Amino acid sequence: MTKPRQDVNNNSVLHSSAYYLQKIITGLVSLLSGMGVTIHYFVNPSRIITQQYPENRESLRMMDRFRGHLIMIHDANNQHHCTGCGICEKACPNGTISVLTTQNLAGNKMLGRYLYRFSQCTLCNLCVESCPFGAITMGQDFELAKYDRQLLTYILNKT
Amino acid sequence: MIQLPTETVFPVHNAIGDLVRHYFPNAAGYANGFLTIISLLLIVALLPVFLIWLERKVAARFQARLGPMRVGYHGLLQSTADGLKLIFKEVLIPEGADSFVFFLAPILPASATFLVMTVLPFDHHLQVADPAGGALYVLGISGLSVLGILLAGWSSNNKYSLLGAMRSGAQMISFEISLALIMLLIVMVSGTASLREIVLSQQGTILDWWIFKLPILGIVAFVMYMISSTAELNRAPFDISEAESELTGGFATEYSGISFAMFFFAEFVNMFVSAGIATTFFLGGFLAPQVGIGPLDAFFEFIPGFVWFFCKTVVVIFLYMWFRWTFPRLRIDQLMYLEWKMLLPANLALLPAAGFFLAMGWTL
Repeated sequence: MTKPRQDVNNNSVLHSSAYYLQKIITGLVSLLSGMGVTIHYFVNPSRIITQQYPENRESLRMMDRFRGHLIMIHDANNQHHCTGCGICEKACPNGTISVLTTQNLAGNKMLGRYLYRFSQCTLCNLCVESCPFGAITMGQDFELAKYDRQLLTYILNKT
Repeated sequence: MIQLPTETVFPVHNAIGDLVRHYFPNAAGYANGFLTIISLLLIVALLPVFLIWLERKVAARFQARLGPMRVGYHGLLQSTADGLKLIFKEVLIPEGADSFVFFLAPILPASATFLVMTVLPFDHHLQVADPAGGALYVLGISGLSVLGILLAGWSSNNKYSLLGAMRSGAQMISFEISLALIMLLIVMVSGTASLREIVLSQQGTILDWWIFKLPILGIVAFVMYMISSTAELNRAPFDISEAESELTGGFATEYSGISFAMFFFAEFVNMFVSAGIATTFFLGGFLAPQVGIGPLDAFFEFIPGFVWFFCKTVVVIFLYMWFRWTFPRLRIDQLMYLEWKMLLPANLALLPAAGFFLAMGWTL
């Protein structure tokens, strides 16, 4: 409103009043379209994303892109895809992951313990992106508080 | 003792007033006056509690949130709890503050709203006083809240408070001119300045309300009233006197506890008063909306007038809230531009135009 009025090339009454009117009308139109946006949200309560958390704890579903702590995907037979290659360990900027390998009876390298220190994790997702086998993912669990720091170190593989 | 003519001083002709008049004919004037003051105090005390809850819920819905949900059903008691908390909090006086003025300042806006309430026509006979110059009285009294804000900014001994108060003073005094001119317009077309008479001049169907009766001009005047009263109320998009991002709360920066609560409550009662005046001037006040369909009109007429008054007022309040949570804030220079270069000339053009319309009989 305060910038110099370049579009008014002469100071005739007709021009300035036309400018004045045009400004009022365009201003009103833009204000009304803004009000349309807000009233759309007002009359559509299904757009509300706030959760009544402790009350709907049973039915609460987190959003897909939510990152809880790291989990290892296990199938129905409790098998996972991790080969113990350690790429995730190298990808982690915080030293959160320690892949401790062992040898099976045939002498091949296999996963022993997958140590995950949640107290150091920033949930950056780099380990999941770097895994060539899709063995790990970010979980949906969000009630993660513990009374002891030791309890925040998880062993992710079950076998 | 001076015997006041009770009928004219306290036109409270509702059931309670008549009951008191019937059983205590001598003391009726005093008893009814006392009762009206008590009921107005109750309204002034309870309205902001409801309005703050409403504001928070409406704001939440506009922003796809839920708002207060915990205290009471859907957070209904939230603002009561907040108010109680504010009452028990310590009122801190900043160092170097003028403590008398510091305590006086929040009382002025609160009492101003209370005084304006006395002339609002809630129903046919539900009005404490009906002075012949009601519109003038409303304008004069609402000037008190400017004084309160200026004093608050001055006595806080804080540059942010002073800046906020100065901005607020400039803003409210400027927009009071447009407000007065719009009120003058309605006073001109209705031929009376008494608020009750203004309502009664809108009798008939919905098209007899002043917002519709003057084709186009009525709606333009209503829009202009909404703009200037929003500025007068210091609400967003004209909340540069508070301007949280620039002035850390403006004139109310140094206030806490009950003093802050009084500013806050006065703001919300002021909103109700402004909406009530919009209802009185443009939307037919306590009159039922008659649409010209027999049975519907009879049903609407059956609903008491104060219900209509409150319904219309709440609609206007919703409009204020809608503005607040939609529009971005104006800069101080844009604000002054809006008033002095746009609203005031438009107002000055509107007045003779309305007179011309009336003279030519171009009314609905």
